[in-house]
Amino acid sequence: MNRVYQIVLKEWAEVFKNRFVLFTVAFLPILAAALPLGILYAINSSPDFVTDIGEDIPAGFAALCNNLTGEECAQYFLISQFILLFMLLPLAIPITIASYSIIGEKTTRTLEPLLATPITTAELLGGKAAAAVIPGVTATWIAYLALVIGAALMDVGPGVMDRLLDPFWLTAVFVVGPLLALTGVSVAVIVSSRATDPRTAEQTSMLVFLPIMAVFFAQLAGLILIDARLVLLIALGLIAVDAVLLAVAVQLFQRENILTRWK
Amino acid sequence: MIRIEGLTKQFDDITAVEALELEIRPGEVFGFLGPNGAGKTTTLRMLGALIKPTSGTAQVAGYRLGEDDHALRRNVGILTEAPGLYDRLSAARNLSFFAHMYGVDDVDGRVERYLKLLGLWERRSESVGTFSRGMRQKLAIARAMLHEPTVLLLDEPTTGLDPEAARLVREFIEGLRDEGRTIVLNTHNLDEADRLCDRIGVLNTRLLALDTPAALRREVFGRKVVFHLADLRPEFEATVANFPFVDAVESIDAKLVVTLDDPENQNPAIIAALVSAGAQLQFVGEIRQSLEEVYLHLMSKEGAEPERGDAP
Repeated sequence: MNRVYQIVLKEWAEVFKNRFVLFTVAFLPILAAALPLGILYAINSSPDFVTDIGEDIPAGFAALCNNLTGEECAQYFLISQFILLFMLLPLAIPITIASYSIIGEKTTRTLEPLLATPITTAELLGGKAAAAVIPGVTATWIAYLALVIGAALMDVGPGVMDRLLDPFWLTAVFVVGPLLALTGVSVAVIVSSRATDPRTAEQTSMLVFLPIMAVFFAQLAGLILIDARLVLLIALGLIAVDAVLLAVAVQLFQRENILTRWK
Repeated sequence: MIRIEGLTKQFDDITAVEALELEIRPGEVFGFLGPNGAGKTTTLRMLGALIKPTSGTAQVAGYRLGEDDHALRRNVGILTEAPGLYDRLSAARNLSFFAHMYGVDDVDGRVERYLKLLGLWERRSESVGTFSRGMRQKLAIARAMLHEPTVLLLDEPTTGLDPEAARLVREFIEGLRDEGRTIVLNTHNLDEADRLCDRIGVLNTRLLALDTPAALRREVFGRKVVFHLADLRPEFEATVANFPFVDAVESIDAKLVVTLDDPENQNPAIIAALVSAGAQLQFVGEIRQSLEEVYLHLMSKEGAEPERGDAP
């Protein structure tokens, strides 16, 4: 375990000296918490806005508001639009960190001396994955906590507070988030095995955003409704996807592959 | 200390190393010479348990490849072709990270010892990215030594260094030899191989030659003795050629160049014969062929394209 811990410390010491990585890790969570809070602030400042938006709430979503007042339903609808941001965060941050970490090792040719130590492949991959996943998941959880505290401070209706802490949000943030972080790391390892530039690797890896963005826009268009059941289905699907991606990533991350095939 | 038995490595259809058989003794400095793509780095990587052989095996520092590779790596230090250091981290942080990876007990003490030994202590807190190539190479050597391995595998340790840095690195390697460590060296520098290595293996996928530098010279060119004469007459060449132990005689200007097996015992008879024939001998000496000539000769026989003076 000491080696994994040391790799995590080394990765953080290295990648957080990169301003772009630092910006991604710090800025995205602030955005995820600030956007819904800003909208809540706007709603509280303008009661008419609540009435207007109330008329645009899709019928499917309105069904979820059975115990909420009209104002609470409008508040909850607007905040719910941002739940996907909390799913993108744990995906984006690990991809950025892992891309810079792995490609960085390739370009400076540091992987060979590292592989010459008694470290196991599991320790190496585990350390790199942990170094990428922990900041992503932690930042997401902090952003979520900031949203909950901020919403409470803004005096949103008690029904909305209950919803922010119901299994739907908790599953999305605490179960789907880490699973997505694992997806991000696996994809970054797979892409990094072929890429030579961290930005190319990062941008290519970001293609995994597409399915999530599709869900986001489908919800905005009222085509689907992100509810507890859909989040649970996403979680189950991710377990299967992660298992496959992780197996591919581990296979690509074998010593001999790294030394002889990674260019 | 290292016993290599039929070591072979293939990458798809390409054979990088073929049926390598070799034994390297404890405390020996062994050098691999060969052109680019001859399999030297692949051999070192196999000996360091970085890549698996396709067939054959080796025993390194008491551990057989593929049986306990983690223990093997704990007892082997590798200097890779590129220094491979973390540019954003300090020299001390680079070493302490690797000390943890090798499971060193007193990390701080060991890091301090090697930074001081290689003259980098004063710059321990600076980012490695600001270091010169020579300093980086020294730091990479320190990294290979951190866990005090019994076997050291050095891949081109002085390539790209300025003469002063190269000399420092060579002196450090000589110091390691004096400590009794077993060292395997891939080098571009034939003069360096000549000076540092107890034995040399010329590799071009297969092992073409294996011996001490002096013995390789003898095997390839024989021993050549030059007799400087005040006046070279045609009968002197015939006088020398009559000896059954003389392999070849050439006359060049006022000199006779004679190829012999055992000059120490055969020279007196030649000198006596030349003096009896009326030759005035000015002096006698042995021609020392350079290792480069030996290498180029072996490579041309093999049909490979050697790089004069810069064999990888």
